[in-house]
Amino acid sequence: MERAAFDIVIVGGGAAGLRAAIAAAQSDLDLSIAVVSKVYPMRSHTVSAEGGTAAVLRDYDSLELHALDTIKGSDFLADQDAVEFFVARCPKEILQLDHWGCPWSRDPDGRVSQRAFGGMSVKRTVFAADKVGFHILHTLFQTSMKFENIHRFDEYFVTSLIVDGGVCAGVIAIDLRGGRLVAINGKATILATGGCGRVYEFTTNGFIKTGDGMALAYRAGVPLKDMEMVQFHPTCLPGTGILITEAARGEGGYLINKEGERYMQRYLPTKMELGPRDILSRSMIQEIKAGRAFEGPYGPYLGLDLRHLGAATIDKQLPMVRELAEKYMGLDPIHEPIPVRPGQHYMMGGVSTNSTGETTLPGLYAVGETACVSINGANRLGSNSLSECLVFGEWCGLAAAQYAKQRVAYPRGTATRETLRREEARVFDGLMGRERGKETLAGVRVEMQQLMERDVGIFRDEAGLADACGQLAKLRDRFSSVGLADKDRVFNTEMTGVLELDFMLDVAASIAHSALNRRESRGAHSRTDFPARDDANYLKHTLAYRTDGAPRIDYSPVKITKWQPVARTY
Amino acid sequence: MAERDVVFRVKRYRPESGGKPTYQEYRIPYRDDMVVLDGLNYIKDQVDPTLTYRWSCRMGICGSCGANVNGQPRLTCGTYIRDVHRGAVTIDPLANFPILKDLVVDFDDFLEKLASVTPYIVREESTDLTKEFVQYPEDVEAYRQQSLCINCMLCYAACPVFGASPEFVGPAASALALRYIRDTRDEGSDQRLARLNTKSGVWECTFVGECSVVCPKNVDPAAAIQTLKVLATMRHMRRLLMPGAASR
Repeated sequence: MERAAFDIVIVGGGAAGLRAAIAAAQSDLDLSIAVVSKVYPMRSHTVSAEGGTAAVLRDYDSLELHALDTIKGSDFLADQDAVEFFVARCPKEILQLDHWGCPWSRDPDGRVSQRAFGGMSVKRTVFAADKVGFHILHTLFQTSMKFENIHRFDEYFVTSLIVDGGVCAGVIAIDLRGGRLVAINGKATILATGGCGRVYEFTTNGFIKTGDGMALAYRAGVPLKDMEMVQFHPTCLPGTGILITEAARGEGGYLINKEGERYMQRYLPTKMELGPRDILSRSMIQEIKAGRAFEGPYGPYLGLDLRHLGAATIDKQLPMVRELAEKYMGLDPIHEPIPVRPGQHYMMGGVSTNSTGETTLPGLYAVGETACVSINGANRLGSNSLSECLVFGEWCGLAAAQYAKQRVAYPRGTATRETLRREEARVFDGLMGRERGKETLAGVRVEMQQLMERDVGIFRDEAGLADACGQLAKLRDRFSSVGLADKDRVFNTEMTGVLELDFMLDVAASIAHSALNRRESRGAHSRTDFPARDDANYLKHTLAYRTDGAPRIDYSPVKITKWQPVARTY
Repeated sequence: MAERDVVFRVKRYRPESGGKPTYQEYRIPYRDDMVVLDGLNYIKDQVDPTLTYRWSCRMGICGSCGANVNGQPRLTCGTYIRDVHRGAVTIDPLANFPILKDLVVDFDDFLEKLASVTPYIVREESTDLTKEFVQYPEDVEAYRQQSLCINCMLCYAACPVFGASPEFVGPAASALALRYIRDTRDEGSDQRLARLNTKSGVWECTFVGECSVVCPKNVDPAAAIQTLKVLATMRHMRRLLMPGAASR
């Protein structure tokens, strides 16, 4: 196969992509849907999500309150119409997953259980022990097997979108096993490739999270929105960056410093360990700077203390936390606090879309972490992201189905063949032809990750950000002389590594430049030189457009419906 | 942490260069907190970028990084070098699967087998999507163990029956079939048991039990298969005694 055509092409087989695929497939069995993923879909990084997925299911809660918590958590940068749309649809998705067999944890009365989470006013987070992403992903993947109109392209690496006359017409991908480029045409194309955590050195994200979808859209002229809004999760294992779920605190866990003190009383006494992630991560850095952290082989860390919860609660509600602590730290959380420190976790920013996932390029949609709708604004609340994948996954799948049905003809062959030839020249003739010199793939990648960590991390300032922007431009130059040792076409992971680094350098530049230009502190974006929020100048979304040089930065208004921005106090 | 040296003896197979799989040795530094995957990544980044293997989450949940380590199927992200090296660590691709390149094998066959056991909720009538099912904690407990399968394929690599008869549906797909059969929301047992009560189904299993030994998530597929044999027999008997009766 050199070229195939479908009604809808979905790039990515995680929660958002599969939810979109099922919604589209179910809406019309005559629609053909391709799910194109660089890994077998059950390897997608949704699998690593742990703590839960938010929805209003009980009388003590309300949609209004879920919306308010989300908007306040976002430091008023979320679009409020999108948030209202989102919270209203979360409950249905929980029930839908229940009907598809997701093994939700249950209360003694047989109802779906809910737990506390950071920044959520009430117990709102639905869970399946602490392997929620894993169970959602496998439930969706296995359910997708029911639909004969979903066609999988497992281990196909997308290198480019096809744009024909200002309309997206599908993708060009490397069939990793066949070692050749193919064109997969779609009347509609959905990007659902997740985040880009691997632009940072210390991240909870898996190796595959390289911002592919963000870069694909960016290169096709679609802006990336609010890319400076990078979430750092407070509880990651030192050394590896492995995530210890917020559910550990939702279930009652404490954060302690080396004096054994619950130090959050200094920073957020009303919420303590159940504050939003941006505040918790900053508090950790302040504890470290104050010299009250533990010291370990991988630097300073704090303690996540679960001992008072007891073995029964830990084993029932947090089995994976125990498993990870035992396996990767060699300690049992029943008897010892778990060493933790903040690490990159999630991108609030992403491909700019509206609530139906449409981008500025007709025929192109984005959903999940890849997208920025925005419901997360400047700081996402834990357990809103799986719900986001489900709610907007469905909605985007249906919107793409509608769009595809209105377009009678499949994309024409001319632009497709031209793009295929261009990509063949760029990838197999160009990149693969480069001989190894003094620049290496790992060398450039590590330098990018370290500089992002150092200058575009939890605390930022003008000098560091300006330096990062300059360094990234230099790395982009050096990248052009990274050569390849592996000249085989079949399953060439050095080649895909180079293509991923190419994507990441684009995405990293969009993050650094967006951060440089936002001269205020809001949510996860903390400028030490501009410590206050500045609604007069920055109550707006950043839009980064790709150019041949530095990204062009523009802005768009935030949609306010009924919650006027006020000071974000807890 | 002190650094020492270890030799990684890695099976290489490159289809475009022809020839048979061979071992290549790499001497690398390691610390006590390094897993086998860290060693492979060290080689890929510092020594030989052509070495090819899969990985992603590095926390034992995505199921990508399985390999035979010293002959035993293991997740390389969960296997400490200090625990397995005797001067050297031998790493082969997971046994019983076609090799695509180096440590990368082809699992497509498993995905077809998984699809063949109807791995989703089946219900005769459409249900009210505005209501959640009532499922008690003990109902969830009944299928929880099998639902923990991460599809890492270690069980297939350990299974001598699958090695000898590739058509055997195998441990993971069987465990997942039982997972749905035991789910109170499901009504599809009959079609699953019909599928598993075939020549390529659960009767192939001779209860070697290696699948359960190597499973990193304690899914215990061996026990699942024995349960399925009982259920398939009961279904068969019921059909003999009560022809036409629907069985759940």
